[in-house]
Amino acid sequence: MAEPLLSVRDLHTRYAVGKQVLRAVDGVSFEVGRGETVGLVGESGCGKSTLGKTVLRLVPSVEGAIVLDGADITRLGDGAMAQHRRRMQMIFQDPFGSLNPRQTIRTVLDTALKVHRQGDRAERRRRMTEIVERVGLPADALDRYPHEFSGGQRQRIGIARALVLRPALIVCDEPVSALDVSIQAQILNLLVDLKRDLGLSYLFISHDLSVVRYFADRVLVMYLGRIVESASHATLWRDPRHPYTKALFAALPSTDPTHKRGAPPIKGELTTDLSSGCRFCSRCPAATDRCRSEEPLLRSVGEGHHAACHYA
Amino acid sequence: MSLLAVENLTVAFPGHVAVREVSFAIEPGETLALVGESGCGKSVTAFSMMRLLPPNARVVTGRILLDGADLMAASPAEMREVRGKKISLIQQEPMTSLNPVLSIGTQIGEVIRRHEKVSRRTARARCIELLDLVSIPDAHRRIDDYPHNLSGGMRQRVMIAMAVACGPKLLIADEPTTALDVTTQAQVLDLLDDLRRRLSMAVLLITHDLGVVAQWADRINVMYAGRIVEQAAIRPFFAQPMHPYSRGLLGARVDVDADEHYSASRLSEIPGSVGSAAGEAGCPFAPRCPMVETSCRVVPPSLLAFEAGRRVACPVSLQAVTLEAARHG
Ligand SMILES: Nc1ncnc2c1ncn2[C@@H]1O[C@H](COP(=O)(O)OP(=O)(O)OP(=O)(O)O)[C@@H](O)[C@H]1O
Ligand SMILES: Nc1ncnc2c1ncn2[C@@H]1O[C@H](COP(=O)(O)OP(=O)(O)O)[C@@H](O)[C@H]1O
Ligand code: SF4
Ligand code: SF4
Ligand SMILES: [Mg+2]
Ligand SMILES: [Mg+2]
Repeated sequence: MAEPLLSVRDLHTRYAVGKQVLRAVDGVSFEVGRGETVGLVGESGCGKSTLGKTVLRLVPSVEGAIVLDGADITRLGDGAMAQHRRRMQMIFQDPFGSLNPRQTIRTVLDTALKVHRQGDRAERRRRMTEIVERVGLPADALDRYPHEFSGGQRQRIGIARALVLRPALIVCDEPVSALDVSIQAQILNLLVDLKRDLGLSYLFISHDLSVVRYFADRVLVMYLGRIVESASHATLWRDPRHPYTKALFAALPSTDPTHKRGAPPIKGELTTDLSSGCRFCSRCPAATDRCRSEEPLLRSVGEGHHAACHYA
Repeated sequence: MSLLAVENLTVAFPGHVAVREVSFAIEPGETLALVGESGCGKSVTAFSMMRLLPPNARVVTGRILLDGADLMAASPAEMREVRGKKISLIQQEPMTSLNPVLSIGTQIGEVIRRHEKVSRRTARARCIELLDLVSIPDAHRRIDDYPHNLSGGMRQRVMIAMAVACGPKLLIADEPTTALDVTTQAQVLDLLDDLRRRLSMAVLLITHDLGVVAQWADRINVMYAGRIVEQAAIRPFFAQPMHPYSRGLLGARVDVDADEHYSASRLSEIPGSVGSAAGEAGCPFAPRCPMVETSCRVVPPSLLAFEAGRRVACPVSLQAVTLEAARHG
């Protein structure tokens, strides 16, 4: 098999919260192939953004390896890291929060290009005009300020800022969660077109399984810092194995009112206490004594399909 | 008689009109959904019904009839009686509506004692019952917790407990689950639905999620740019949404019942954004509408009756549906 674009091995990220240590990412391994979209889904606080930021080296890892294009970037210093930074970019949920209100779009894009030493003045100009058009912004957008744009347009600016650097990998962290449904479809379609035209790879983070399953080639389901199931989008849809994945599917409200809704599949919410045994056992409808004492490891349950449940 | 009727409500802020000629009624015990994208006027409508509009807002026209009496004419003292006891509101941001320095027991107790002359002790006992009612485990211990000790879902349950404390006839829930995970959303909406039945109250469910509407509401009002553009019962609406905006909204959503994938099918988009309509005459949806005709640009269409319980603010779609029906005769 061809070498993947990104390969992550046994990654751990910890935060100090008061005197305690929070294991936000707790032993995660996965790969993103060239031109592939990997979806990452899970409830709020399970560690999705932390994983994304750790991969981009925006948050330090304490253990594990991050390999981009064959190069181990896990512990590179700032100087050596610089050439890799341009190759992986991020798109955020709240594009407004990440844009300086006093900078025109031209300044935002030009600064990104200059920081990464991309092209001379004329070349930068050309690339900025090109990208603004490519993401569907009006031609005069370059000389306007962030507040002059609607939510959907701001997300297009966020996409332009990431793409102007011609990266290979983009981490999209909830890129449509803050947008209205009618705008979500526009942005998702744009991301699909860009991926196809530019040969991009995405790590696509969302708490919405319906969006992830539509948009990703392969899906990782995360629970409390760990991947609990991974499968191709079609396999996950046809044959989810982990009780948590099943619960996420069952909780999606159908727009068919005749589709009888059952009782909520799981109770309670994500907690942060890691007891022994399965992390999901306090909420799992299928938990047994074995689950409370023995931790299930991620194991193969079918072709390209893994789940971390004793009974999957 | 309807429990509550909003009649011809128009609310303006300096420089723009947020809600235009909105009329709808809520029947006792039902769940009515109010749907639309952000900024379309859902919260302003809700605040008008509670007479809690910000000071820069002005009610230009309109009446809010509760059991036949106009709340717009009620005195401030009368309104205090209405709020919490007849109508309560669960706000969009649970964290901003809970006081961070008071325990949840104190806050729920205050609501009870505002309307009923009971001792602190009785109020505390009622409070534990309420926390039990909204399924907060260990209510007798949780009652002394502060809002920051609670998860998002628990905070929303506390908000619900406060809202139903005095047995209101109408509960307005403004995007009660937008900030929550789908797993928690299902639990909170089931709780609201259960309380609606047990306490025989009506619910005005404000949301932008059509899945939530299909699963938890009896009727729907779709709003666009300050106006109601479609009113219908749930089954006929989802079987055949009629306004082009309603159809666009439903089409733009990833269908949770189908195996849709980007490699095989594109999502259908509604082009442009709400802002596109600013300053234009005629139908506010015209700049984004796939069915637009020249006649649409003259005056904004008003709601026209289609069949019992169904009204649509689009003569073009109404005519198309009627012709279609005649052809299949
Ligand atoms: N800078 C930080 N310091 C301490 N704890 C943090 C920090 N950032 C995140 N956390 C904690 O780490 C855990 C994982 O957080 P993370 O933001 O990665 O979750 P997420 O899955 O992206 O959630 P969401 O869906 O809400 O964005 C949570 O318990 C969170 O409270
Ligand atoms: N305090 C305010 N001052 C000025 N404009 C406001 C205020 N609150 C709401 N609006 C405007 O009123 C319109 C409707 O807002 P709102 O009812 O909050 O929308 P939503 O449907 O998202 O709840 C929007 O254009 C909004 O900008
Ligand atoms: S291992 Fe046990 S508790 Fe964990 S998901 Fe499987 S059945 Fe549930
Ligand atoms: S009135 Fe015209 S523009 Fe408005 S929704 Fe109907 S067809 Fe579209
Ligand atoms: Mg996050
Ligand atoms: Mg609102």
